[in-house]
Amino acid sequence: MTDLTLGRMTADRDRLLHLLQEYGVYLGVVVLFLVNTVFTPHFLSTENFRTQAVQVAPVLIVALGMALAIGSEGVDLAVGSVMALSTSLLSLYLGYGPWAAILIALVGGAVIGVANGSLIAFVGVQPIVATLALMVAGRGLALVLLPQLKDVHDPAMASLGSGDVLGVPYLVLIAAALALLVAFVVRRTTFGRQLLAIGDSRPAARLAGLPVRRVLILVYVCSGVLAAVAGVLATARLTASDPTSLGNLMELSAITAVVVGGTPLSGGRVRIGGTVAGAVLIQLLTTTLIKHDLPPSWTQIAQAVVIVLAVYAARERGKR
Amino acid sequence: MTTDVDTPVIAKSTAEDEPTGASRSERLSALAQQHGALVTLIVAMIAASLSFDTFLTGDNLENMALSSAFLAVVALGMTFVIVTGGIDLSVGSLFALGGVLAAWGSRYGTAVALLLPLAVCGAIGLLNGLLIARSRLAPFIVTLASMLGARGILLSVTDEGSKTYLVDKDSFFAKLGQNTLLGVGVPVWITLALFVLGAVVLRRTRFGQYVYAVGGNEDAAALMGAPVARTKISVYTLSGLCAGFAGALNAAWLVSGVTILGSGMELEAISAVVIGGTLLTGGFGFISGSLVGVLLLKVIQNVINQIGSLDSAYQQVVSGAFLAVVVIAQTWLGRRRRVL
Repeated sequence: MTDLTLGRMTADRDRLLHLLQEYGVYLGVVVLFLVNTVFTPHFLSTENFRTQAVQVAPVLIVALGMALAIGSEGVDLAVGSVMALSTSLLSLYLGYGPWAAILIALVGGAVIGVANGSLIAFVGVQPIVATLALMVAGRGLALVLLPQLKDVHDPAMASLGSGDVLGVPYLVLIAAALALLVAFVVRRTTFGRQLLAIGDSRPAARLAGLPVRRVLILVYVCSGVLAAVAGVLATARLTASDPTSLGNLMELSAITAVVVGGTPLSGGRVRIGGTVAGAVLIQLLTTTLIKHDLPPSWTQIAQAVVIVLAVYAARERGKR
Repeated sequence: MTTDVDTPVIAKSTAEDEPTGASRSERLSALAQQHGALVTLIVAMIAASLSFDTFLTGDNLENMALSSAFLAVVALGMTFVIVTGGIDLSVGSLFALGGVLAAWGSRYGTAVALLLPLAVCGAIGLLNGLLIARSRLAPFIVTLASMLGARGILLSVTDEGSKTYLVDKDSFFAKLGQNTLLGVGVPVWITLALFVLGAVVLRRTRFGQYVYAVGGNEDAAALMGAPVARTKISVYTLSGLCAGFAGALNAAWLVSGVTILGSGMELEAISAVVIGGTLLTGGFGFISGSLVGVLLLKVIQNVINQIGSLDSAYQQVVSGAFLAVVVIAQTWLGRRRRVL
């Protein structure tokens, strides 16, 4: 075999590998979908799709914010606590009407975001530690405001949680709209470009004169507000505020969705389509295991394996 | 590296102009970083004993010492990891897994009760280390995955958390957790011994030097001939072993393996290490500081519990706020040191 053919074969293999890494998550979704179609009874039903989609919506919304944080070479561990805080605020201020309460819940998310972003941008604390502090404090704050589970009786909230347009639940519509919005922000706005530049190389971004601090704070505000939106929607769906358990381990699911979707942890790149597919993939994986009577613990193990595989693939991509 | 860029250029030139003042300031920063936690701990303990009659009682101190002991062993392993510039999020799950495995194994004798958790948790730590050092994956994400995975294994072992394994109260293993020596619980003695050992290893052995070197500057460490990969693999294995052992010790104390333990423990351990003066960027830290950090966390929790009107939710708010303050102070001190 001549060097030339050998070289071409390697190139072909590389390209195949590259394609697999780039579109692997979509392939995974399709494969799992087909597997379930064949092997899972009642999988292909409107009712099932509806349930799955409604379950995935809050995770996806949190993952969108997480994608921005990871794109800026950060991470936001506080998202689960922000969900808890938003549900507490919502219950507390429901007396002023649902829209006022929702607004206050979102402002709460934004405030946590400002705190996260300031620690990271002004003090120079690593994102993982800064958001860790807010994760601990945020959950505590949520429990101080609302010590235990409280039912939410409000017609507007109930319709937000279970209503639909032409059979598509509001939750799914909102998640889809937010995904489009975030994708647009990343691709088409100055903020998006600055975010990616900062994630690529913060020193270079600073030397280029980008408003690094402002952008970083805005990134964490976006993440906080999106997590608060997810908290509000989850509350509406459950018709109850449960600050003890709402959003527990949400940071893990969100990070998994983002990473599996092909956004590198090293920042500088955000894939919103991949994040959507990543969230769907995890949801399908969970469904597959549960519907076939495998214990929930297997889901965790499977999720762990998927994370490692995805990051391993991303590593190869990063080296190229 | 980022901090270097954050550093104002002007500060650098002033530092060169006044070498004497600079070195004094540098020394002060280092002192504050090294002993700040200890001073805070002493102040907190004095304040607590003046405010509550119930604080300086034998029972209360013993309880604090015991509950600190288990966290301290976890924090010991975490210190090594953080000094290399890494992080280990799997320790909470490994702590719980170690406890359940120990309780299950205790029916076959103390040796099995101790060796089984060490073997399993050590193996998971080793896997963490291999993925991080050989495959060059981010420590944060690898240990996040094993945090999930270990919790999954744990649930699988206990029939989705429904089964509780009890330790025979009369076994030697149970005595290991429950007996006292000179009025102090055996787990506390074991923890102290491990900390002395850990401090000697980090300060006085070649391996300890490698740990600092890898955390200080990985490329330089490699050029200097330090076995970077092997050092990293060792610290994650060590962290897994510590977490598993702490879990086993805890199971001996509780005479049962409790599935739900250890969630959030990784955060407590990281907080303790950071409060103790170890830099999360790696290359700088003390074993003794982590012990002080654990004690400080426990004293704060204890004080909040003593204030009856405050519920435990405030504990989290205070812990989180305290961690933020410490990290801000530490980043500031660290930056000063690096400037000068």
